[in-house]
Amino acid sequence: MTRDEVLKRLKDKFGKKIKDLFEKSEKRVYITIDPKDITEFVKFIFLGIEARFITASCVDMPKEMEILYHFSVDKTSLIVSFRARIDKANLAIESITPIMKGAEWIEREIHELFGVAFRNHPNLKTLLLPDDWPEGLYPLRRDYKEEDYEARMKEKESK
Amino acid sequence: MSRKVVIPIGPYHTLQEEPEYYQLTVDGETVVDIDVRIGYVHRGIEKLAEAKSYDKILFLVERICGICSTSHPMVSVLAIEDIGGTEVPERAHYIRTLVCELERLHSHLLWLGLAGHFLGYKTVWMWAWKYREIVCDTFEIITGNRQNYGMMKVGGVRRDIEDEYMPALLKGMDDLLKAVDMFKGVVLDDPVLGARLRGIGVLSREDAIQYSALGPTSRSSGVDKDVRRDEPYAAYDWVKWDVITQTDGDVFSKAVVRILEMYESVSIIRQCLQKMPKGPIDSNPKEIPIGEGIAHTEAPRGEVFHYVKSDGTNSPVRYKVRAPTFMNFPTFKATVVGETISDATIILAAIDPCYCCTERITVVDAYDKKKIITGEDLIKMSQEKTKKLHKKMTGRELK
Repeated sequence: MTRDEVLKRLKDKFGKKIKDLFEKSEKRVYITIDPKDITEFVKFIFLGIEARFITASCVDMPKEMEILYHFSVDKTSLIVSFRARIDKANLAIESITPIMKGAEWIEREIHELFGVAFRNHPNLKTLLLPDDWPEGLYPLRRDYKEEDYEARMKEKESK
Repeated sequence: MSRKVVIPIGPYHTLQEEPEYYQLTVDGETVVDIDVRIGYVHRGIEKLAEAKSYDKILFLVERICGICSTSHPMVSVLAIEDIGGTEVPERAHYIRTLVCELERLHSHLLWLGLAGHFLGYKTVWMWAWKYREIVCDTFEIITGNRQNYGMMKVGGVRRDIEDEYMPALLKGMDDLLKAVDMFKGVVLDDPVLGARLRGIGVLSREDAIQYSALGPTSRSSGVDKDVRRDEPYAAYDWVKWDVITQTDGDVFSKAVVRILEMYESVSIIRQCLQKMPKGPIDSNPKEIPIGEGIAHTEAPRGEVFHYVKSDGTNSPVRYKVRAPTFMNFPTFKATVVGETISDATIILAAIDPCYCCTERITVVDAYDKKKIITGEDLIKMSQEKTKKLHKKMTGRELK
């Protein structure tokens, strides 16, 4: 499959659901989508185009959390990244782990470090942070402060 | 009556980096469930990177892994170059390839040695590490260091290879090839190793795709994927080499893939030394523009992925690192469950994680929390099993 064929299949399948398609270079394409469509897109690229899931990366933006789901269409040397911006007021998105098990750990990581809730994730428990880490404190968010952590830990100790 | 026992493995070991914690649930001898906890050495490198300049980031990511210390700088320069499409001189591409392949050699030899240790083949262990010295010496000639080479730089490499070193480098490769030949014989033709490793810890092709397994872990299950060929970076499309795959998916295939890959690496290194053109080694880019950069490369254990988001200043807004073991670890659910405890060590070691963990195994009875056997005993169990097999098959004791 050539690069153009991959993009054509995505455009034919999703049409207006693709909010923006940015062709950064020959090998990199960023597609902005609505967070509620994420499972549809992932199902199609993983099962239909048979791309490989690389990982997801989360960025703390001023008003929303931006998650990029990176897929590699290996034989075409193309990386397709789906950009989903989640409103901070309702920080949740559908989990893609039921579609492929490879996403389990990265969703757990984003859940711990950014506080994004993944709906229908089969095993959303602690992976990285210590067991006594205070609840609701997310270390990779922009507003995270070391003092908050210390205060919360002191609070715990005094109890 | 069946009674389930939980075996915690880990998390600390002082010899190797990266502690991890496994919890095996066993029913008699058979493993029925496995759970993994990581994060004991979570150093917050992604957060640290946001506070450093691009030049310093390369040194920071070099310290992510002590074994494959050039994989991360390599992918990092590619990701940063991807933001603005920085040009890199041809000679620098060749030097980068050279360093990456040397690293694959040293990493695979290290793995082979440890696998030998777990199985009770002490000679394989000692010899693999002895021949790894050749690779480390070559590294010292090229980069000045045996580990943490500091070679990569956005726009090129930091150090050129002088012509006078060529004979020593080529001789090193000749010596190494003899050693690899020997290991190929030792591992592939040994009936005991075959009996011990074949059919153990099988990862099916479907599971490898489901878990997005990477590198030798997936290539031994028949998944024909290698970033070096699929999206050639550095000089990989200017040299001739083959992607090694196997179809059985067991521990034996994983060893075969790694051993055969060493031949390809030696061949790539020789071609690079011969083909390398004269010229500059650095394009000295001045600015990193606003934008996003993505890069992935094939490290010894599989694909490494870096994502950089730049706002035009000299440090990134977000830096994401995904190492191959992060994807290979969860495959244990598919490979360890159903096997016996004495095979668990070698299966856990077969994906080539950083080992620490598997050496620190303690078996604790879930009911009265008393220690039953220690980690050393578990390695001994694995070695005993090889010994028994050896005696049964050859009639001699394994020394």
